[in-house]
Amino acid sequence: MPAQDAMPRPLNDSFRQTPTMKILVPVKRVLDYNVKARVKPDQSGVDLSNVKMAMNPFCEIAVEEAVRLKEKGAAEEVIVVSIGPTQAQETIRTALAMGGDRGVLIQTDADPEPLEVAKLLKAVADAEQPSLIVMGKQAIDGDNNAVGQMLSALLGWPQATFASKVEIAGQAVRVTREVDGGLQTLELDLPAVVTADLRLNEPRYASLPNIMKAKKKTIDIKSVDDFGGLPSGHLKVTKVTEPPKRVAGVKVESAAELVSKLKTEAGVL
Amino acid sequence: MAVLVYADHDNSALKDNTHKAVTAAKGLSDDVDVLVAGANVDAVAAQAAKIEGVRKVLTAQSDALGHGLAEAISAAIVPLMANYDALLVPATSAGKNFAPRVAALLDVAPISEITQVVDANTFVRPIYAGNALETVVSSDAKKVITVRPTAFKAAGDGGSAAIEAVDPGPGAPKTRFVSDELVKSDRPELGAAKIVVSGGRAMGSAEEFQRVIEPLADKLGAAVGASRAAVDAGYAPNDYQVGQTGKVVAPQLYVAVGISGAIQHLAGMKDSKVIVAINKDADAPIFQVADYGLVADYKSAVPELMAALDQVKA
Ligand SMILES: Cc1cc2nc3c(=O)[nH]c(=O)nc-3n(C[C@H](O)[C@H](O)[C@H](O)COP(=O)(O)OP(=O)(O)OC[C@H]3O[C@@H](n4cnc5c(N)ncnc54)[C@H](O)[C@@H]3O)c2cc1C
Ligand SMILES: Nc1ncnc2c1ncn2[C@@H]1O[C@H](COP(=O)(O)O)[C@@H](O)[C@H]1O
Repeated sequence: MPAQDAMPRPLNDSFRQTPTMKILVPVKRVLDYNVKARVKPDQSGVDLSNVKMAMNPFCEIAVEEAVRLKEKGAAEEVIVVSIGPTQAQETIRTALAMGGDRGVLIQTDADPEPLEVAKLLKAVADAEQPSLIVMGKQAIDGDNNAVGQMLSALLGWPQATFASKVEIAGQAVRVTREVDGGLQTLELDLPAVVTADLRLNEPRYASLPNIMKAKKKTIDIKSVDDFGGLPSGHLKVTKVTEPPKRVAGVKVESAAELVSKLKTEAGVL
Repeated sequence: MAVLVYADHDNSALKDNTHKAVTAAKGLSDDVDVLVAGANVDAVAAQAAKIEGVRKVLTAQSDALGHGLAEAISAAIVPLMANYDALLVPATSAGKNFAPRVAALLDVAPISEITQVVDANTFVRPIYAGNALETVVSSDAKKVITVRPTAFKAAGDGGSAAIEAVDPGPGAPKTRFVSDELVKSDRPELGAAKIVVSGGRAMGSAEEFQRVIEPLADKLGAAVGASRAAVDAGYAPNDYQVGQTGKVVAPQLYVAVGISGAIQHLAGMKDSKVIVAINKDADAPIFQVADYGLVADYKSAVPELMAALDQVKA
């Protein structure tokens, strides 16, 4: 192979053009996606005591993407940040075991609403100056699908939500997005915010050696007070209830019986 | 109090989601205006002007708006909000893309995917993939809300609102549109169809999906949906996905073929009026929500179903 320097530099040789690129990945600890949420009898919320918690699946996809960009040489450092209780350290550790370099936990037992999360993440971005923020499109607890768009607005950066493909191209990032009716491809100037959809990648399982290594990586623990505390929220949840239950119907014996029931009983044909 | 509704459209036709958001808006105020933001949207604006109960239609036009770029839409809407107390946006992927951005720029908390308007400050929205419903009170003077279309009836036609052009704003200087890859279909749209036929992982291949699901959908005049497993495996395009992170549908009739019924899939279809499930596993969770369950191999059940449908139609 000829020496690298002798070769013409490809236009998208981002590695050389942005040698100190950092990627910030916000991750949230949520009820494990396999566990069915149960509403508390007093309607104050969903019961999270003694249930399995895990990293939000979309955040896992975001971590995976950031680590892959680093492995391709398009980024130098992957910083994982979470806002949550002490146990969110475990979530950060999981991301570090997947290949993140270091973590930041902003500790709070409150469950701050998306606007507050976006403001805290903006403060972290101001301090860390990443070139790219990759995050989940949605946290599967509140199903808000909001923080990425809000963070991008607060930073004044361009956004690409619902990403199914991300490529760094020099000082820009090219993102294919899942939209109504198909796919859209955009190119954003860096720094930018990208939110991950399901089909962006399949997150790896951390290997045992990497889990061991992750234990030695640093997690910088901060308090919301380091950021001026949490203001009283704009939204107040007054109750959480169970949705109306669907009762299981009948089993039919044949396709003919099905069609006859749909026509005469259900009246939908 | 006045409300601005963001019109859902594809630059050529207005979508029914707009009529549904207008109904939701009427729960906040009688003064409802509609914004049509896009490129060459005069025909769309004319359709919006016909929605019953709409006071005024605003149009904002530019290339960036035509591509639905979130930065451009937000920049066009923020100054308009000086005149409105609430912005209501249909919760499509286009709407979800920019609404929180508008909220952040206004320093208010967005309220995502409401299914009920209790009063002008109080809304109900599903959380945890629809396994819980949250009642939330907003103390913001201006509200930014996305509306789950399936939860509201469509407002009728019969109005004749005035149409007024507004400033399209600065566009999206840091974002460039590269390309679109849109799926063309003559079938009814998934979100608006009266009948939906969905296929799951059981199909095994894209060819089988097309051989089994599409003719059944055609016979029923139905839209086609899919589970995530079917989409991930490439049997169906991504915008067919029904569920927590796909489309939410509530047709008169939903037919699930070879779909197990994971929580995340149910989140997108359990408000359908009548649910039919065809699955060879009698214990598949889909049967817990199905009105009519047929425990059978789809390979024989679907052809039999097609034949039985021919009989009732004959
Ligand atoms: C964050 C997150 C978000 C998600 N969002 C969504 C979403 O929006 N939508 C969604 O659908 N999923 C979603 N999922 C995935 C979901 O958890 C399930 O994995 C998925 O719905 C399974 O799809 P399936 O039912 O087609 O496949 P499977 O669960 O594999 O079920 C296949 C079914 O086909 C039946 N079958 C097999 N062969 C035959 C035959 N010959 N005849 C009849 N029946 C047969 C089997 O008995 C089985 O019940 C999400 C997951 C996560 C983690
Ligand atoms: N408490 C949190 N800490 C860190 N990141 C968060 C937090 N809440 C939300 N996020 C990020 O924002 C994304 C979208 O969340 P949401 O808008 O709440 O659905 C998530 O996938 C995370 O990447």
